[in-house]
Amino acid sequence: MVLGKVVGTVWSTRKDENLIGSKFMIVRHLNLDLTEKESFNIAVDSVGSGVGEIVIMATGSSARQTNITKNKPIDAVIMAIVDKLDISNSEDS
Amino acid sequence: MFLGRVIGSIWATKKYETLTGFKLLFVEPLNSDKKVIADPIIAVDTVGAGPGEIICYITASEAVIPMDVEMAPVDASIVGIVDSINS
Repeated sequence: MVLGKVVGTVWSTRKDENLIGSKFMIVRHLNLDLTEKESFNIAVDSVGSGVGEIVIMATGSSARQTNITKNKPIDAVIMAIVDKLDISNSEDS
Repeated sequence: MFLGRVIGSIWATKKYETLTGFKLLFVEPLNSDKKVIADPIIAVDTVGAGPGEIICYITASEAVIPMDVEMAPVDASIVGIVDSINS
């Protein structure tokens, strides 16, 4: 999965009929220091995230493994809202 | 399957229901000389890996298999803690 920030939503009336009812969020990828990268995904939300929230996103066919994205042409899903990050760069051997 | 090093963890109370009980860890992908080769990813921990440990992880929808749940939106999971690498 990747760390992301919800920066907007996408509305589309003319779309694949399997996508009717899905809410599309624009999720900008983040570095570990929470600075924004250039890259982003359009993802469907499965946990009630809103604009501005730091989230975790799964991509690829795993994105279809939720009850709201099953059998739909969706390759990115927001599956968690981040409370806290802990980065410890202790080096192992 | 890829090599990585655990460099941190993430707390997320609001997450997809089948993920409850699973730890989410930051992993930096490594090559066999333990050099970082890509940006960190987030993986589900199924073996109890700790920060700093060298691990191996799998990606894509196979990552759900070690979690032993019916469905989970997970595209990376840690499946082993590395003792040694000879390459």
